[in-house]
Amino acid sequence: MAASILHRATGVALSIGGLAILTWWLFAISSGPDAYETFTRAARHPLGLIVLVGMTWSFFQHLLSGIRHLVMDTGATFELGINKASAILTFVGAVLLTALVWFYFLGVAK
Amino acid sequence: MSLGDSSTPIGKVRGLGSAQHGGEHWITERITSIALLLLGVWLIASLLLLPKLDQRTVIEWLRSPSGAVPMALFIIVGFRHALDGMKVVIDDYVHEEGSRFAWNALMLFLAVGGGALALFALARIAFGAVA
Repeated sequence: MAASILHRATGVALSIGGLAILTWWLFAISSGPDAYETFTRAARHPLGLIVLVGMTWSFFQHLLSGIRHLVMDTGATFELGINKASAILTFVGAVLLTALVWFYFLGVAK
Repeated sequence: MSLGDSSTPIGKVRGLGSAQHGGEHWITERITSIALLLLGVWLIASLLLLPKLDQRTVIEWLRSPSGAVPMALFIIVGFRHALDGMKVVIDDYVHEEGSRFAWNALMLFLAVGGGALALFALARIAFGAVA
């Protein structure tokens, strides 16, 4: 239940926010140093960081619950115990992967 | 099974409901999801493996075929998958037929427009003069 609604919510967030950020980023790269500077300043701003971390988490949550849904599409893992365990696994996995990515990004100090 | 009072004349339901092109839409959404699984992991891994994320490094990466081609695929498949996914959400939560049509049309414009913008920017990077 929670996994299902999160899959939708993160999907909507990625569709609107994630693709908008990707498009902005590509445009900034193609438009020259000033535009890229504007993008990186926004990305480094605390609010920008929160949005980017949120997008990263949405990406991993949607990816992992997406895999879970693909498995369920085959008719497997409908047993309550396994079903619940796999849902929890997506929550834990998404948070872990997001943390790993951002520890790396911030740790290497790019 | 008896249809009883809950039955609706077939003439009233033809062309309505989620089954219009449901099967095809459902399959496309899953095929693009598998493609995005690979492309998404590629994108995150690439960003992590780039030595720096400054403009020069990123341009160099997106000018190479191994950067530009998967990025073009990510844009095309990503916007398509987003459009398919938003349609499911809209069809589920917007019940009035006119609004549902308007929302789906808006999403189509956004997805095609956004995808075109992103592809144009990528092409400008990939084929542009050396920065």
